[in-house]
Amino acid sequence: MFYHIRHTCGAVVPGLVLIPLFSAASYAGDSSAATAAPYIDFGNTSWVLTCAALVMFMTVPALALFYGGLVKRKNVLSVLMQCFIILSVLSLQWVTFGYSLAFGPGKGPMAGVIGGFDWAFLRNIGASVSPYYISQSTARIPHLAFVIFQAMFAVITPALIIGAFAERIKFSGFLLFTVAWAFLVYDPIAHWVWSSDGWLFKLGVLDFAGGTVVHINAGIAALVTAFIIGKRKPVKASPPHNLPFTMIGASMLWFGWFGFNAGSALAADALAASAFVVTNTAAAMAGITWAALDWIFSKRPTLLGAATGAVAGLVAITPAAGFVDITGAIIIGLIVSIVCYIFVVVIKPRAGYDDSLDAFGVHGIGGIWGAIATGLLATPAVQSAYSGFFAGSHKQLWIQLLATGVTAAYSLVVTFCIFKLVDATIGMRVTEKEEAMGLDITQHKERAITIIE
Amino acid sequence: MKLIIAIIQPHRLEEVKEALYKEEVNLMTISEVLGHGRQKGVSEVYRGTEEGGDLLRKIRLEIAVNDTFVAPTINAILKGGRTGDVGDGKIFVVDLEQCYRIRTGEQGGEAIG
Repeated sequence: MFYHIRHTCGAVVPGLVLIPLFSAASYAGDSSAATAAPYIDFGNTSWVLTCAALVMFMTVPALALFYGGLVKRKNVLSVLMQCFIILSVLSLQWVTFGYSLAFGPGKGPMAGVIGGFDWAFLRNIGASVSPYYISQSTARIPHLAFVIFQAMFAVITPALIIGAFAERIKFSGFLLFTVAWAFLVYDPIAHWVWSSDGWLFKLGVLDFAGGTVVHINAGIAALVTAFIIGKRKPVKASPPHNLPFTMIGASMLWFGWFGFNAGSALAADALAASAFVVTNTAAAMAGITWAALDWIFSKRPTLLGAATGAVAGLVAITPAAGFVDITGAIIIGLIVSIVCYIFVVVIKPRAGYDDSLDAFGVHGIGGIWGAIATGLLATPAVQSAYSGFFAGSHKQLWIQLLATGVTAAYSLVVTFCIFKLVDATIGMRVTEKEEAMGLDITQHKERAITIIE
Repeated sequence: MKLIIAIIQPHRLEEVKEALYKEEVNLMTISEVLGHGRQKGVSEVYRGTEEGGDLLRKIRLEIAVNDTFVAPTINAILKGGRTGDVGDGKIFVVDLEQCYRIRTGEQGGEAIG
């Protein structure tokens, strides 16, 4: 049921103080963007805002702890700091230019490729109802709720790449790389897939919550950066310094992922509930599967394996969350752990690149499997308009493969160029001595753990 | 019998261990310590306040050896631990009066190996 209220009532839009006295003027300013839908739905709005907070939680502290626990003790603060600063930097990038470039109206032939600057600094948005819906046309949430929900996706995506170059990245280079990557890689791809002007969106690609935009994109960028920056220096790989951190981080990721996936319904409705349930199911299945693989091949079920598997399952269900049923979720969870396990345990050590924390092995590979699985397993039982290969629509699978290929190719080329440019100017890698001493003390002049008080 | 105590850079531990294994020196005790020699440590900054700056993390190895193993052990540590920079550490060689293996009660050279 909708509560019909005038959209000029500022009280329903947190963070935006609209004094009723000025609402007439405000209405005039917003009228172009909001003529069609002057009502706000309270239930949907509260759900989307809650989910925005849940997705924020996925970057810090969830991903920070997940990654932070896996590195050596002398580098843990550098990983936490990188995640934390990304939240700050990308939040600003998003409200100034990022959102406009990703979701804003584009100009002429460029409309399908990149949004323009019409919504820079969130101008012309105000308290209007969001005109862009990924899967629901009746959500009636404030445009600003959509902006902040999407902001958290823009934050976590570059944060995922941290896993590839952890323990040897120079902080200044990392910052410049991240900002450039947000502008040149994330914003265009988000526009292609999610904006109603985007060329992949118009082609009919299905990406419910960001398998292509977030996981394949960041995963490929991780592979590229891991290759260019080179291996870490120690003779032997050292064990994770704090697995409890990693377990807490993985659990918080699982928790936040409900916002990521169920929130992508952009409404507090049956589709959100369905996405919630399949998300949980895929994570559970994938966690069990990885632990079982460890048990079979390494003789013991490991905590790190179960946690890694669960995260891989969450990655893989992301594009499919609004399109598959429980059976689909179980299949996705089962296969993602098998595929990622093979990649991380068998292929990576032979391939000669050092993806420190398996950002590509989990997010890239899991994301690609998820995108393909969406094309295979989408069932009209969840959303009647969308069918995959096994439900009789062969075309969807080809669209999914095309979107996967295009995203991967674009991310590969542009990430490579950005990395090389930053490396040539301010440098991307610390010196051998700094790497040996650890990034905490050399990049930040701090230590995580003291020996003597 | 000698007790060899070496203070080395933490990041050279793997190389030192590899070098020792090559000389068939497999028994050692390792602990984490703080210290500094002539070089200054790296200062830390907490909310704008500089602190510390005198102590650096080091690894201490303690290896008890029979006389024939003294030279190979020292050479292995020199080889594995050297980066050429200030702060590579020191090796101390001390006479070892007696050694017992707790499990069997063996003494002296037999207990060391």
